[in-house]
Amino acid sequence: MILVLVDHDRGELDPLSLRALTAARKISTDVHAVVIGNDGAALSDICGEYGATKLHVAQHPEITDYTPAASGRALAQLVNSLKPEAVLAAGSPRGNEQLAHLATILDLPMAAECSEITLGNPHSVVRARWAANLMEQALVHSELLIATVLAFAVEAEASPAAIAISNFDVVLEPIDLQVRILGRGGEAERSGASLTDAKVIVSGGRGVGGPEAFSLLEELAALLDGAVGCSRVVTSSGWRPHAEQVGQTGTKVAPDLYIAAGISGAMQHIAGCKNSKTIVVINTDPEAPILAYADYAIIGDLHKVLPALTQAIKATKG
Amino acid sequence: MDILVCLKRVPLAGSTFLLTPDSRDINTDFLGFGISPHEENAVEAGVQLVEQLGGTLTLLTLGPTDAEEQLRTQLAIGATRGILLETEGEDWDPQATAAALVEAINAEETKFDLILFGAESADSAGYQIHIRVAHALSRPIVTNVKTMKIENGVAQCERAVGSVRELYETTLPAVITVRDGLNIPRYPSVPGRIQARKKPIEHKKPEPRVPKLEKVSLSVAPSNSAGAQILGTGVEAVPALVDVLRTIGVLA
Repeated sequence: MILVLVDHDRGELDPLSLRALTAARKISTDVHAVVIGNDGAALSDICGEYGATKLHVAQHPEITDYTPAASGRALAQLVNSLKPEAVLAAGSPRGNEQLAHLATILDLPMAAECSEITLGNPHSVVRARWAANLMEQALVHSELLIATVLAFAVEAEASPAAIAISNFDVVLEPIDLQVRILGRGGEAERSGASLTDAKVIVSGGRGVGGPEAFSLLEELAALLDGAVGCSRVVTSSGWRPHAEQVGQTGTKVAPDLYIAAGISGAMQHIAGCKNSKTIVVINTDPEAPILAYADYAIIGDLHKVLPALTQAIKATKG
Repeated sequence: MDILVCLKRVPLAGSTFLLTPDSRDINTDFLGFGISPHEENAVEAGVQLVEQLGGTLTLLTLGPTDAEEQLRTQLAIGATRGILLETEGEDWDPQATAAALVEAINAEETKFDLILFGAESADSAGYQIHIRVAHALSRPIVTNVKTMKIENGVAQCERAVGSVRELYETTLPAVITVRDGLNIPRYPSVPGRIQARKKPIEHKKPEPRVPKLEKVSLSVAPSNSAGAQILGTGVEAVPALVDVLRTIGVLA
């Protein structure tokens, strides 16, 4: 049996967890899901739709918001009673963190961000390094495989199954609750549509030349109901807030359309945008590395091309 | 306050990778080295805290002898001393690395109030060493921190993952991992560099372990794109781009 951690925030599903369920089904016909906290019980239907036959709900009065140490403890408890062959989760910051607590408690290895998983002795995985610019073939020497599934490596596919719910009470250690959550809120410093949710992102790099010309990107993004993004050099120059940075050290995005204006394509930036469905480059340099990752390009000055594009789109909208 | 920052020497990669002939490592013949981006923020945070509150800032790394270069650079920014856990240059798996760090931390007379890591390493990105270290030391851990305030032995941290911001509080001693954006790391000054030459770096040689997560080989990830189709030059190409936007459904 493969146990999949289905992550949620107060009952709101992390959609990447459906990809982890799909990845689990590809290696076993017997898939269980586990949610941490009572709010997760609401996800039983969707877990069943994606092929889990059982949903384990970890219950504890102190577990409501994200408490990764407690998650690790709950997962360890469940692993000890169910003895699964593998525990998987989405390769998200939260998925990686919760399984790392599990692996630590059980003193077992963990393979983060795997694009391929083959159970065996040892287990064999392909995992992402350098923000998925390099892939590593690796062996995992342990009976239980603990691994997270590289975001966007697997498309979620439904496979409806009848699902049963099983609640269990978690026994926590005092250290698991030593970090207390005081409050939460939206991304305060970001004004436009959230980068992770945006269908269109208009992103600028060094070639924009300064903070003022970002108004060209803002205008186009607003017209396409999109968000403005940028490269690392832009935030480290203070032209734009850090929350808009796309890349390995910023936000990883996967919109329908990513327009990269004046971005040469450092690897750390590519890592953040390469899962976009369509990448359009506007750059004066026909040799810019980002062209190798893009679908379409206009060789030209963004300060002229962007306003022309905005005008042309306005014209089509009448 | 006594602070420890854990670092990792990594190649400064450009826009493409070359691998060694055996495909086990990156060919670094033409690359410089640095530390992972988030770690620069961790050192800066440590320096600022020591400036405000007094105390010491120790740097700890596991890596080849050449990692002394990265320790010196960060000592020049204001750290007090360094500890280099020397390897033969090969990768250590996360469990072995964490065990070596824990052993070195436990061997210290200083009981660090705060242990900082970067949120992830640029190269291997295993997402676990900080958690293993925190558990082994029985300390609480907060990760992915973008703002941090330390007062009276309590750390208040804001963590930003996805579109949600969460504010956490934990008592020290604690382990905290920080993200790019926490602060703007300073560059080493010339006097800083001169002082750094005289600052102590202790060399130790931890025992290697058989890896449980064993690297077999590396490959360059295939690009999703066969290369961009050039729509044209300058504003003349805009109508062709509008057609593309229609084809992909962004425009009606």
